[in-house]
Amino acid sequence: MEANAGSTLPNDSEAPRARWKYLDKILNRPGPFTDEDSFMPGEPVIESLERAKILVIGAGGLGCEILKNLALSGFKDIHVIDMDTIDVSNLNRQFLFRASDVGKPKAEVAARFVESRVKGVKITPYCGKIQDKDEEYYMQFAMIVCGLDSIEARRWINATLVGMVDPENPDSLKPLIDGGTEGLKGQARVIFPTMTSCIECQLDMHAPRAAVPLCTLATIPRQPQHCIEWAHIIAWEEERKEITLDTDDPEHITWLYQKALKRAQEFNIPGVTYSMTQGVVKNIIPAIASTNAIVAASCCNEAFKIATNTNPFLGFPETDNYMMYTGDESIYTYTFEHQKKDDCPVCGAGTIARPLQVNPNWTLQDFVDSLAERPEAQLKKPSIRTGEHSLYIQSLADLERQTRHNLTKKMSELVEDGEEMVITDKSFPTQFKYKVIFHK
Amino acid sequence: MADLPPPVQGPTAKEKKYDRQLRLWGATGQLALENSHVLLINSGPGVVGVETLKNLVLPGIGNFTIQDSAVVSEADLGVNFFLEEQHLGGFRAEHTCNLLKELNPDVKGNFITEPVETWLTQPNVLNPYTLVIVSAPIRSELLAKLSAHADAAIIPLFYIHSIGFYSHFAIHLPPAFPIIDTHPDPESITDLRLLRPWPELLQYAADKTTNLEAMDGEDHGHVPYVALLLHYLEKWKEEHDGQVPQNYKDKTTFRDIVSKAARTNNPEGGEENFDEAVAAVLKSLNPPEASSAVKEIFKAPECVLVRQDSPSFWVIANAVGLFYTKYGVLPVPGAVPDMKARSADYIQLQNVYKSKARKDLAEVLESVRFLERNANRSTAIEEKDVEAFCKNAAHIKLVRGRPFHVVPAEGSVRWGDRAKSIAQTLTFPDSLVPLYIAFLAWDKFVATHEKDALGGAPKVPGESDTDLEADNEKVTSIAFKIANDLVKEAAASIDEDEYATIKTQIGEFVQELVRAGGAELHNISAFTGGIVSQEVIKVITEQYIPVDNTCIFDGIRSKSAVFKV
Ligand SMILES: [Zn+2]
Repeated sequence: MEANAGSTLPNDSEAPRARWKYLDKILNRPGPFTDEDSFMPGEPVIESLERAKILVIGAGGLGCEILKNLALSGFKDIHVIDMDTIDVSNLNRQFLFRASDVGKPKAEVAARFVESRVKGVKITPYCGKIQDKDEEYYMQFAMIVCGLDSIEARRWINATLVGMVDPENPDSLKPLIDGGTEGLKGQARVIFPTMTSCIECQLDMHAPRAAVPLCTLATIPRQPQHCIEWAHIIAWEEERKEITLDTDDPEHITWLYQKALKRAQEFNIPGVTYSMTQGVVKNIIPAIASTNAIVAASCCNEAFKIATNTNPFLGFPETDNYMMYTGDESIYTYTFEHQKKDDCPVCGAGTIARPLQVNPNWTLQDFVDSLAERPEAQLKKPSIRTGEHSLYIQSLADLERQTRHNLTKKMSELVEDGEEMVITDKSFPTQFKYKVIFHK
Repeated sequence: MADLPPPVQGPTAKEKKYDRQLRLWGATGQLALENSHVLLINSGPGVVGVETLKNLVLPGIGNFTIQDSAVVSEADLGVNFFLEEQHLGGFRAEHTCNLLKELNPDVKGNFITEPVETWLTQPNVLNPYTLVIVSAPIRSELLAKLSAHADAAIIPLFYIHSIGFYSHFAIHLPPAFPIIDTHPDPESITDLRLLRPWPELLQYAADKTTNLEAMDGEDHGHVPYVALLLHYLEKWKEEHDGQVPQNYKDKTTFRDIVSKAARTNNPEGGEENFDEAVAAVLKSLNPPEASSAVKEIFKAPECVLVRQDSPSFWVIANAVGLFYTKYGVLPVPGAVPDMKARSADYIQLQNVYKSKARKDLAEVLESVRFLERNANRSTAIEEKDVEAFCKNAAHIKLVRGRPFHVVPAEGSVRWGDRAKSIAQTLTFPDSLVPLYIAFLAWDKFVATHEKDALGGAPKVPGESDTDLEADNEKVTSIAFKIANDLVKEAAASIDEDEYATIKTQIGEFVQELVRAGGAELHNISAFTGGIVSQEVIKVITEQYIPVDNTCIFDGIRSKSAVFKV
């Protein structure tokens, strides 16, 4: 049962849009919810869709899906940034990669694959960090779709895009569409920088997991994870200080596993496994193809609607801008408007300091440690100033030495209740203003 | 290194590749996937089914088969990622199958290009498949045939629409589909039995709180919160005629007592174990009653009467039901959350719970063995299955699968015992039942229109620009009739204005569906392929809780809804 060969079919020149028969149904016809003032059916919308330059950040689980979806949504000029190389554990979901690609840069392999599969689309890869690029680079895009697993990178691009907005120049406003997944859960959100709630406004929706206190690790472990963290943080420092821990090196993981197992046996704690060791040390988040497909498609659906006005999109001011997805128990989505926060250090007016609960008995070191974990801060290398003093500065080695002595002082000796402090962190192109509230 | 345990066997190549998913469904879930054979009956633009399969091939399903008689056209290349220019004119089933197989060398793929109309007339043709996915449009008598097969062979059947910005899928599960490993939220599953402690637990609490007030700071700050709560509960009972805190007011009073007992004259200005105790009061001081869903299982006819050939689930359920009748509580699950404590004290507490869990398990197991002998069952149920049941007894789920709507060419859609509930949901603001009705109307149009007089491919509304208006009117009037019939069958009284609003909504949903003219948008099909594959994985692994039984997605408002029809 051999069917016709391809050559007997009409070629592209005879029916230039034959390939886009399905897409054109939507591009040529308005629907009941289409805003007829902004939707230009037919040629105009097709042309603007093909001209729109779109940037994809991340070529991992979400990124592979996003690139495929955008190419099949009619976008023709796609750029992609990713700094990673392909690992064997990516292959269960990152479907643009094969076993023979392990070790190659993700952005490059993903771009070539989609280009060869979907004819007529141009995909420009950049293998490196988003921080390598400046405002001029980001200014060339119509919008940005983010499929990242790093909160730092999200906050960086968010702050950069907010900072780029020039009220005199409408082209400087770049919609940011961001997706994230964990196991069978995920979210997709649309941000119109300075106009709607930004990543920083929403930071407390993604609280980091609380770290186990060091004293628990050192003296009273109870869980297998405590023994693994002990091996990771304490034993390695004590016994293999001269070797830099590489969490991708099986010998290193094996060493940690055996150390953790031995410690667990001493305390009668069951459950330490190699897989758990790897999970704890590398902070592995479970990831599957289906959740990536859902979240990436949701992001690209919004990108398509924004680019074409074929239907209303998420993120229009004062409408829903956030879709939360949960698939563990049946299927549940919650779509809502996340409100912009006046005291947002990135998109707020910059005059209001966020209240920050501080225990006056803490040392400055305790406070610095807490900043990494607080949902509303999540700053790992903060430098802290008050109106009067530099309490602790990490950005320069000299200043670090000069301010280090403050770390052992109590907060009550360094700041007053109600005083404002400014915190900066090398990872973010912005400063965070807080107002100290002493508790108890 | 001499004092370290012997070197380990690192993870196998398969464990490495599947690492990120094994952390979700484990080796047993993976094995279930590898033993399955999924059939896709594909039609229309055919993207949503292929995207579903992509998300099943990647995690390593055993086998898949694509039935699709379509020939690859230019239009396919603009919407389907698993086809290339060189495949133009070839069979879509063959080439999508081959490109999907490239994703995972561990997966076997097959294809069938015979038209579904004739293929389905052959005897036993569906026998190899453990799960079937059908993508619309399909002729209604064929869908009815597949539904009957799902009933007879007791296999799950999925039916999907992806049309423009909207999608829908329904799952026809077997009439009894129990799930033991539901993966409840870890926050919600702590069951410490503080209101029904057993002697060993009380003894433990008494030992750890002896001379509590006189303890030095180190000791006082390390008493596990479970012991603290039991200690203060005993005191409370002494002052309240042996009664535990009864209501919210009692509990908040009790919480204040615990909170005040914490020492604050230390450098930290408080005690972490007391903070944990205070935080646990409201959620832990509840009587450990089984949920109504679990009690339903005990009352189910399959549970009440265990037969020689009953699935082992029902035998265990009967035994656990006996346990519940006798003690008024489910077997102790045995897990203890982490808490501020010294290592040895915590391990000891874990053992108190574990030994009780083992004791309860032994009792359930004894009942299981008794039931097995009574019913003359030949193979003994494995102890680990009974253990898994006991551990998650409070969160066991039974889904009562049933057929979804197959819209007939003649006659109307019947809602049966669901009429009242669906008619009510219809009136909720933002309800997606109007969109479901629009999909049913779309199916009715397909059932009553043909592309040609040859009985081949069905015609979908809105395909040609010239028929757009006429098709829209036809589908709208079908949809209104379906809505009217629903309201009539439910004997619901809906306010006239409200019903007019509902009809406007239905009209708009229909118009948007017809606008697409049967086109799939890749994004909506990728989204839907994502949720359908997730549900397929849940059903195959018998883990997590599947959709029961209909899901609608609105890609314009980015909202979904699940309801049972
Ligand atoms: Zn903001």
